[in-house]
Amino acid sequence: MSIDKIWVLAEVADGKTVTASLELISHATTLAGTVEAVAFGDATAAVAATLGEYGATKVHDVGDLGGALPGVPVASAIAAAVASGAGPDAILFPATYDGRDVAGRLSAKIDRPVLTNVVGLAEDGGALVTQHAIFGGTQIASARFTGEGPGLFVVRAKSFPAESRGGGPAEVVAAPAPDAGSTNAARIVARHVEERTGPKLDEADVVVSGGRGLGEKDQYAMIEELAALLHGAPGASRAIVDAGWVPYAYQVGQTGKTVKPTVYLACGISGATQHLVGMKNAKNIVAINKDQDAPIFTVADLGIVGDVHKVVPKLIEALKTRG
Amino acid sequence: MNVVVCVKQIPDPAAPPALDPGTNNLSRTGKLILDESDSYGVEMALQLVDAAGSGEVTLVSMAPNGETSGLRTALAMGAARAILVSDDALSGSDALGTAKVLAAAIKRAEPDLVLAATESSDGYTGTTPVQIAELLGLPSVTFAKKVEVTGDSVSVERQTEAGYDEVQCPLPAVVTVTAGVVEPRYPSFKGIMAAKSKPVDTLTVADLGIDAGQVGAAGARQEITGVSAAEERGSGEIVVDEGDAHERIIQFLEQLKVL
Ligand SMILES: Cc1cc2nc3c(=O)[nH]c(=O)nc-3n(C[C@H](O)[C@H](O)[C@H](O)COP(=O)(O)OP(=O)(O)OC[C@H]3O[C@@H](n4cnc5c(N)ncnc54)[C@H](O)[C@@H]3O)c2cc1C
Ligand SMILES: Nc1ncnc2c1ncn2[C@@H]1O[C@H](COP(=O)(O)O)[C@@H](O)[C@H]1O
Repeated sequence: MSIDKIWVLAEVADGKTVTASLELISHATTLAGTVEAVAFGDATAAVAATLGEYGATKVHDVGDLGGALPGVPVASAIAAAVASGAGPDAILFPATYDGRDVAGRLSAKIDRPVLTNVVGLAEDGGALVTQHAIFGGTQIASARFTGEGPGLFVVRAKSFPAESRGGGPAEVVAAPAPDAGSTNAARIVARHVEERTGPKLDEADVVVSGGRGLGEKDQYAMIEELAALLHGAPGASRAIVDAGWVPYAYQVGQTGKTVKPTVYLACGISGATQHLVGMKNAKNIVAINKDQDAPIFTVADLGIVGDVHKVVPKLIEALKTRG
Repeated sequence: MNVVVCVKQIPDPAAPPALDPGTNNLSRTGKLILDESDSYGVEMALQLVDAAGSGEVTLVSMAPNGETSGLRTALAMGAARAILVSDDALSGSDALGTAKVLAAAIKRAEPDLVLAATESSDGYTGTTPVQIAELLGLPSVTFAKKVEVTGDSVSVERQTEAGYDEVQCPLPAVVTVTAGVVEPRYPSFKGIMAAKSKPVDTLTVADLGIDAGQVGAAGARQEITGVSAAEERGSGEIVVDEGDAHERIIQFLEQLKVL
């Protein structure tokens, strides 16, 4: 057995391929001779050049979904290719809302299991071996598939760098979804965009996150102000997302985003294992917490034992006077 | 309206987790509790049945050793009954195997709506509910942050990267809910007493007509090949704030050339 061909689900948002998909395409070129993308929506032709540049030679275009959620139609299109014998040895999905749906649907359609929360993927003896961060990232488990059929992998963002491979534009081939009947009945009837300014949380060089130690929702404003002064992005612990202080898109951790900024500043966050797993690979970590025994200090390069309501406003003032 | 809620019973997340040294699977010995992630689905189901004015909430769970303590918690919250699938043959199931078992059990309840969590606290593969939907031939909407049923369709606010989408879907359907969608109620004393006599159907793999070779370790087509310690990240300097800690932070950021 060897890995000849890998497909990667290429998600497109605002006319651009999401970074998590580009990470997978460029990494896949180190594992297989042929890397191809699967895309859906109406912008595939526009991203073919980017997909090619990162290493995909072909893009299987499922086309416009007519408002359907992607899970069913995209999985149906891939399943049809697998059934025809034209399928790959492995399919990589970014761990996004839609990526997980497509992988789950496809898994049941072709009766193959999925490995999720993958943070590392390498070839060993002709098979792909995954890595998974478990127990808050203190241990790494390796896993692999047994049996026949393509391997399905859902990979967390930031597991690999997105590197240009200098390829020419990918060839676009139509891969329309076969009719999936009533299972494909969920329809998007309206989209709501919550405005955020500044860099994206998972791409920012500086991330300033707030937690329950802020005390109340209004206090989150100082996290946003500090993030803006440092040209970074504001983030959050799950505690304050669940409390409704900030939207889910701000959440860092096991069930939120993985971030690897140059500096991660944790303000009033205890450092639960599920939070640490999303940020402990930041290059530098600064933590402000009034409890000197808070677990966040075990990963902090600079730990400040103090009150966020005192330290953060002074930090903001000092940064403002620097201009 | 009849709602099925998938509830996972898991080892207490507050207790230190362990792997079974023989199989490298998560160790699930000892008392299990209701996964907090599923308490949102239970609460949501109770509210939806309440709003519909008729019907009941049925819990479906797969767990070892006939475990019911987590189910009792959800019954105490107000669910009417439970279906528990428990069988030694299920030990070592992967998510797809689990989905096959749960799908077969859910079918018996003939629900109008199936709720599950977006991901469990212990396995967090997040694929089981969508696999269940596909096996049952039902549409699904994941990452719901608001759920409403009108007539024979469900409208969902689905979390997206940029905000949320409004999604419409005919029933029956599978919907997964994120934490924080509703505030799970605490079981009342009356609820706890009532839960003791609520029906729990315990089924085996054979009862469901599933081939034992399809599920459990026998049916799992993935294996853990090893576990090793991750690179440790040492802690650095700790400063107790005397009113000037912000200056130390600025110095640190300057060293990193972030300022
Ligand atoms: C399945 C599962 C998945 C999860 N996924 C995530 C995830 O993705 N991301 C995540 O973040 N969490 C996640 N969690 C939750 C996690 O376990 C913690 O509950 C959460 O991270 C705690 O958030 P927190 O640190 O803001 O709050 P707390 O744990 O309450 O900590 C607040 C901290 O603030 C400090 N503090 C209080 N007042 C002040 C002050 N005035 N100045 C300075 N410090 C102060 C306290 O000392 C304390 O350390 C998950 C949990 C489960 C079970
Ligand atoms: N053994 C189980 N019993 C009941 N429900 C389950 C089980 N496993 C998974 N689920 C449901 O599927 C959701 C996602 O699980 P997972 O795929 O493990 O992340 C859980 O939160 C439950 O709602």
